[in-house]
Amino acid sequence: MFSSILQFEFLQNAFLSGILIGFIAPLLGVFVVVRRLSLIADALSHVTLAGIAGGLFLSSKISFFSSLNPIYVGMGFSVLGSLVIEKLRAFYKFYAELAIPIIMSAGIGFSVVFISLADGFNTDLFNYLFGSVSAVSRTDLYIITGVAALVILLIVLFYKELFLLSFDEEYASALGLPAKGLHLLFILTVALVISVSMRVVGILLVSSLMTLPVAASIRIATGFKKTIFLSVIIGEASVLIGLVLSYYLDIAPGGTIVILEVLALIFSIILSKARRGKI
Amino acid sequence: MGEKIVEVKNLFFQYERKYVLENINISIEKGAFLGLVGPNGSGKSTLLKCLLGLLKPQKGTIHLFGEDIHQFNDWHKIGYVSQKANSFNSSFPATVFEVVASGLTPKLGLFKKMKKADREKVMEAIRAVGMEKAVHQNIGELSGGQQQRVFIARALVSEPKLLILDEPTVGVDSQTVNHFYQLLHHLNKELEITLILVTHDIGAITDKVTHVACLNKQLYFHGNKDEFERLKETELTSLYGHPVQLITHDHE
Repeated sequence: MFSSILQFEFLQNAFLSGILIGFIAPLLGVFVVVRRLSLIADALSHVTLAGIAGGLFLSSKISFFSSLNPIYVGMGFSVLGSLVIEKLRAFYKFYAELAIPIIMSAGIGFSVVFISLADGFNTDLFNYLFGSVSAVSRTDLYIITGVAALVILLIVLFYKELFLLSFDEEYASALGLPAKGLHLLFILTVALVISVSMRVVGILLVSSLMTLPVAASIRIATGFKKTIFLSVIIGEASVLIGLVLSYYLDIAPGGTIVILEVLALIFSIILSKARRGKI
Repeated sequence: MGEKIVEVKNLFFQYERKYVLENINISIEKGAFLGLVGPNGSGKSTLLKCLLGLLKPQKGTIHLFGEDIHQFNDWHKIGYVSQKANSFNSSFPATVFEVVASGLTPKLGLFKKMKKADREKVMEAIRAVGMEKAVHQNIGELSGGQQQRVFIARALVSEPKLLILDEPTVGVDSQTVNHFYQLLHHLNKELEITLILVTHDIGAITDKVTHVACLNKQLYFHGNKDEFERLKETELTSLYGHPVQLITHDHE
């Protein structure tokens, strides 16, 4: 396999994008989970689908857009969706979670309409739904690298501010932190990560990359930095082992990765119970 | 006359169309320990949130350390300990050290990392509240009283000149409450930190504070403790709407 990686560009693209996403999705995911925004990741993935379907429709029907990479439209929709979610959360102050079903159904509604306009399902769309890491192009890889750099920059520059905002939003504001601006920056980055990650595991599974490794590590790690560290290890290991397994067993990589993450989660629950002496 | 730490003038605040605070005037001098008392729903927390810049009053002015609140930027001079029960996620995966260190965030400023001296400051604050044995434990594993001490350490770590505490002893056992008041006394007398303590329990604090303010939408009383103790019970009754027993905890 390793000689094949050197030989085939598509395998290089697959592994490099897998390594990047296996790192940034759980890294950002820790903040998403502790801020109880896990479902927002799900809602945004469905908005991204609407963008992808819209992009596929434009590129197939209008010659001007024929060379358009649908991932750009997906990213645009995801970013727009995240802004609308924030507006809705502020509007329904006491029913903030209503924003999620609203955005999710709007996303699916647009997706279905765009899909029907683009004459139904085709392989491309199927790839976006369930992930197709072998279809990752060099351009996709460059986009993923750009987003990864952005995420790492965000966390390195604003780690202590993001920590304070996640732990205690009111306290962060009381200390004079620009909580609203920081939150917006954070949610926009989440939107970007979701739209690039779906290339690897697909829209239906993308939020799992952000939440499952965190769910596995949150009960067994002590402290926030260790939780981040363990989440990244679990995420990265699942992606890499999943890619290798799917290559040799000829099974869907996205599903394989998620199943490995679920196994890690089950193992961590058993470990955490054993430590507390309940088994 | 000492330096004015807080000065509130003609302050009005309304939620929707209902006034919660009407014409509040308070001035707090350096070194004071003010007990802000009033029944539930009297606007105590709202007033604190106005002081912390979390809420914007419709009318009136607030000066902090002599500066108008709109221009005020030295938020690290103010420490805040809130009623923890409702605002914090107890299964948050953070150690005591990480929580206390987060109190340094505004003082360090953007893009700056903690240095060795900052770590030492964090440890000092943790020792000041007697939680050094739990430094590397997750905050969620501690009891309510221990968590509250950690939050005081978080407020202390930036070396505030003014410490605001919003009913910090709710849900904390009585022994811890005693330790807690000793700690406040030490902060006030030895470190000369100006304190505002909000509570609905009027009797519990009268022997600890230097000044008292009684709030129920309007300010019914604002003065030093001796004046407060001369207050007629009838006046307190009109404040609370029912008779109040003034229990003084005199241990001498």
